[in-house]
Amino acid sequence: MGGMVEKRGVSYWLIHAGLILGVAIIFFPIWLAFVASTVDQQDIIRPPMPLLPGDQFLENYGRALTSGVNAPVARMLLNSSVMALGIAFGKIVISLLSAFAIVYFRFPGRRLFFWLIFLTLMLPVEVRIVPTYEVAANFGMLNSYSGLILPLIASATATFLFRQFFMTVPDELAEAARVDGARPMRFFFDILVPMSRTNIAALFVILFIYGWNQYLWPLLITTDPQMNTIVMGIKQMFPSGDDLADWPVIMATSLLAMIPPVVVVILMQNLFVRGLMESEK
Amino acid sequence: MEKRVRFRGWLLPTLLVVPQLAITAIFFFVPAGQAVWQSLFIPDPFGLRSQFVGLGNFVFLLSDPFYRASFVTTAIFSASVAFVSMAVALWLAVLADRLIKGSGTYRTLLIWPYAVAPAVAGVLWLFMFNTRVGLVSWYLGLLGYDWNHTLNGEEAMGLVVIASSWGRISYNFLFFLAGLQAIPKSVIEAAAIDGARFWKRFWTIVFPLLSPTTFFLLVVNVVYAFFETFGVIHTITSGGPQQSTTILVYKVFSDGFVGQDLGSSAAQSVILLVVVGILTIVQFKYIERKVHY
Repeated sequence: MGGMVEKRGVSYWLIHAGLILGVAIIFFPIWLAFVASTVDQQDIIRPPMPLLPGDQFLENYGRALTSGVNAPVARMLLNSSVMALGIAFGKIVISLLSAFAIVYFRFPGRRLFFWLIFLTLMLPVEVRIVPTYEVAANFGMLNSYSGLILPLIASATATFLFRQFFMTVPDELAEAARVDGARPMRFFFDILVPMSRTNIAALFVILFIYGWNQYLWPLLITTDPQMNTIVMGIKQMFPSGDDLADWPVIMATSLLAMIPPVVVVILMQNLFVRGLMESEK
Repeated sequence: MEKRVRFRGWLLPTLLVVPQLAITAIFFFVPAGQAVWQSLFIPDPFGLRSQFVGLGNFVFLLSDPFYRASFVTTAIFSASVAFVSMAVALWLAVLADRLIKGSGTYRTLLIWPYAVAPAVAGVLWLFMFNTRVGLVSWYLGLLGYDWNHTLNGEEAMGLVVIASSWGRISYNFLFFLAGLQAIPKSVIEAAAIDGARFWKRFWTIVFPLLSPTTFFLLVVNVVYAFFETFGVIHTITSGGPQQSTTILVYKVFSDGFVGQDLGSSAAQSVILLVVVGILTIVQFKYIERKVHY
């Protein structure tokens, strides 16, 4: 490590000071949001706001969770959970199946299928929102979980990752399974899926965060506040016009919105880093 | 690369790819095809019929000063987000790399803003710079600076750049730190014996060795700024004031959904599609992201 070059001394403490400063600057917006979620509106509308937490924590979070502004935040948390889990599970399942097919079989249309899904890597949902919205509306998917989930599963990143991984699985395993007369799906469930569990877990972390943090798509597809996800619902809590926003409740909601993905990242840090490096590199 | 061992049959593999094929066809190819199709038409004001205009929408767009301005806005925005988030991350990664112990702790402390949604980051920064209650804007006022990003386009741009860069620092930090730790220490120690000062060593030896990581991050961050910052713009400025923060993706949304100008919005989607295509090719070509068939 670089430390071997530089001996411990003034520069050692300067390094820590620099890093702590960086961490403090990055933490500051969250700290302010937390403080704002524990004081009452009067403390905020007369700036400067306090820098230490107040005693309204339970009051603000309780009010957010049970009544919110347009819909209870508890309901929005549920919607976000269903959406994030649905995207993560759905994408992993369909990708495992199709990666298995293109690696372990030779079937008509395999090459065409490969290039069709390859194209999807290139076009994020943000680019094709208007026509995708029309398709979803025609299927009656507005304000539904399937409308929140299915259009965001239509991308092939996960298929490529599993395909790369299956390629590294020794041929002897499939050979042995075939000699034993095992059916392909038996091989898939008994050998391939258990071997992929680290990759599945890493991908799960990335996809959960991706799904949880969606903004534009839920904004279009959910017009009923009861179906809003928490990340897109925060903006809806601001009053239109000149009225004063309910900052304590909005900030409490912001913190509730970031807790699940942040907890996932911190608890599964190594898997997360691995998933990130593999899915982006 | 091909597997030597394969299972026989065509029915099973076909069934296995059906779910992905169906979802991709319905939610990807149909909409993408519709975007291309709609871009060739102008619907009448009642949406009852549309008139074929060929490339008319594109010609109109490319001569539209607002659309051109949006291109420039997107370029400034993306370059700024990439620069700010990468510069801060590189600085922190260089510091963390010089620690023998403890770089893991800092990694944990720096990693998690990645998980904060851009839209939530937007709300946090909006709160700090809010013209009525914001702490930072209040202190700026005390110093005699009258902050108002709802009226001043440059301040609005600065704010969306900072809010978009903030969560991105984690991501860049991870890759820079991994890149720095992959550089053989013998190379750096040889330079240290030569007596080169740290920053001279850094710019002449370390930074050039880091260039593949830097280039990779540059492309990835530009893609991020283009397509994933909608939440930041929508929560903080809604594209204003006077369209000064209307990036291309925001314009597709505001023209298509707010303005109901479907032909123009579809043409913008097609132009963005070309931009993504170019960025993807750059990414694959220069970063050797290998996808074998």
